[in-house]
Amino acid sequence: MADFNEIKNRLEKRWQNLNVLKDISDTEIQSLNQGLQEDYQYLIFLEAKTPDKNRRKMIKKVRASLIEQQNILKKYNQIRYGRIVQKSAPPIPVLKNSLAAFFVGGVICSIGQIIINIFTLNGISNKEASVAAATVMVFIGALLTGLGIYDEIGRFGGAGSMVPITGFANSIVSPAIEFKREGYVYGVGAKVFTIAGPVILYGSLISVIIGLIFYIIK
Amino acid sequence: MLENIFNAFFIGGIICVIGQLIMDLTPFVITPAHILVGYVTTGAVISALGYYEPLVKLGGAGATIPLSGFGHSLAQGAIEGVKTKGLLGAIGGGLEATSVGIVAAIVLGFSMATIFNPKG
Amino acid sequence: MQNKKIGKQTINFLNPISVVSFASIVGPKEGQGPLGTGFDYILENNLDGEKSWEKTEQKMLEHSLEIALAKKNLLLQDLDYFLAGDLLNQIMSSNFTARSLGVPYIGIYGACSTLVEGLVLGSILIDGGFANRVGVACSSHHDAAERQLRFPTELGVQRTMTAQWTVTGSGAYILEANSEKNDLIITQGILGKVIDMGQANATDMGSAMAPAAADTIIRYFQDTGKNPKDFDLIITGDLGNIGRVLCEELVLQKGFDISFNYSDCGVLIYDPGQDVHAGGSGCGCSASVLAGYLLPQMLKGNLKNIFLVATGALLSPTSTQQGETIPCIAHGVVIQGKS
Repeated sequence: MADFNEIKNRLEKRWQNLNVLKDISDTEIQSLNQGLQEDYQYLIFLEAKTPDKNRRKMIKKVRASLIEQQNILKKYNQIRYGRIVQKSAPPIPVLKNSLAAFFVGGVICSIGQIIINIFTLNGISNKEASVAAATVMVFIGALLTGLGIYDEIGRFGGAGSMVPITGFANSIVSPAIEFKREGYVYGVGAKVFTIAGPVILYGSLISVIIGLIFYIIK
Repeated sequence: MLENIFNAFFIGGIICVIGQLIMDLTPFVITPAHILVGYVTTGAVISALGYYEPLVKLGGAGATIPLSGFGHSLAQGAIEGVKTKGLLGAIGGGLEATSVGIVAAIVLGFSMATIFNPKG
Repeated sequence: MQNKKIGKQTINFLNPISVVSFASIVGPKEGQGPLGTGFDYILENNLDGEKSWEKTEQKMLEHSLEIALAKKNLLLQDLDYFLAGDLLNQIMSSNFTARSLGVPYIGIYGACSTLVEGLVLGSILIDGGFANRVGVACSSHHDAAERQLRFPTELGVQRTMTAQWTVTGSGAYILEANSEKNDLIITQGILGKVIDMGQANATDMGSAMAPAAADTIIRYFQDTGKNPKDFDLIITGDLGNIGRVLCEELVLQKGFDISFNYSDCGVLIYDPGQDVHAGGSGCGCSASVLAGYLLPQMLKGNLKNIFLVATGALLSPTSTQQGETIPCIAHGVVIQGKS
């Protein structure tokens, strides 16, 4: 068992090693880690049996430095491994994904435009046609989700199927269907907003902020 | 008629590609909820600054169908609300303008849940 | 008394344990994979007549144990213990299976390393003389895991290139104290340490788990003094394409070249054309590949001895959302065929 002052001395000395981690061997790093663990164990034991509040605070402070040293060692190893991981990570098919997103998103929006055109040809005002078309698109998204098709579109189209309002419908319908087996109140009722909830929350928030700003500057 | 469909395809496609690039090129793990929230709030801010309306004029459904268009409706609803109802409009205008879409999605969500089972 | 422990972590069973019977059940996707012909039962669809995927998984686990017992004309009451685990919250499938078995039960959780954890613990029970016959089983179900750990299955999300596909499958094994006819025997086991190399991406489990697998493999060779050439096959549980490469490199850094006889269950179970990206994962991955492919190969004499290292990522949806890194573990077991 070491004594408190010895641990403090070792703590100070250890900083020198920690500053030159790159230059020391793996076995030395391991023994550093071992020493840290032993000191930490003794400190927490000391802290537990120290009734005096001020002295406890002092021990806690030393313990915090030990944790800091442990984290430095941990980070060092993790960064080294992170580099290897980065090297072997598979390339993301950015071009293919982007083309798929462009195509799927474009097609969904074109369908929306066709619906708007049909409404305006039948004498509905442009603005109302736009709202009605969005609602029809929500219906299409919901139906395709129910039929189990929309997740396949999403797997291919990525953001292209997520960003249009059909994706919003998908985000509401999919948890609703999924959690039906947990009942209609805690299942469907509670889970229906797992993904759309944040959208409605932040949407409302931003609209109120914009409203208030316009109210003030008016 | 055909021209506005092409415009919708092009503008809508571009808006979606931006989302895809954010997902693929940033080191963060981005979930659907992040994308949806990001689009709605960004769309609302751009709309409040007055830059979204020209995009709608150009792209039609290509600008209104993506969720940034949802943000646009929220912002314009709030701004309209201030003009007609003052403070009450500032608070309720956004959701009023988008209520049809939201309620439709909720009602459909429930009905689909009663009809369909998850396929996996 | 002789010491059954070698070095720091390896366990040497003095009375080698026989794997007398085994069975596997998989879902339709795994059935279409390259190992499809080896499994005992392939489900027709992901529900297989049950009301929920959780129930399907539980039935799969139960049925694989029943099939394994039936192969040797054994009954449930012939088992001294039943060890099982799975991926669902509170290891639901295993607990509910044990409910209908009426056998003393030890529920275990090691994420996707559960199978080997069970095999080693079961062998310890038998070698210690605490049991004569033990059943070990574990399972996972793609859709049940997906909706618990990630998103609703109908949500249109794009899977990243590093994502792995949770296997729908289960495997059950009957272990016995070494009998006369010993075709398959467990000779050694190693229980791993929890390793966390700071990976936090829950869609890239292979990279997170590779250091744990490497640590266990290296430790085993250091403990026993053996080298990779002593095995026909060294196989990890579910590192997938990416983790497999990383593990190989990490082991090589410590001076052990395993490139010539190393593979991974998650790589074997699917065909690259099945759109599973980085490969298979889940408890059911190693459980079904061992029972559906590796052990049959050993009985045929194509493989003499294998070192199976199952890896597990010990994360939860809560820990991921709170930004915690992923702690991982790997357990190993050495199985020998007819000599």
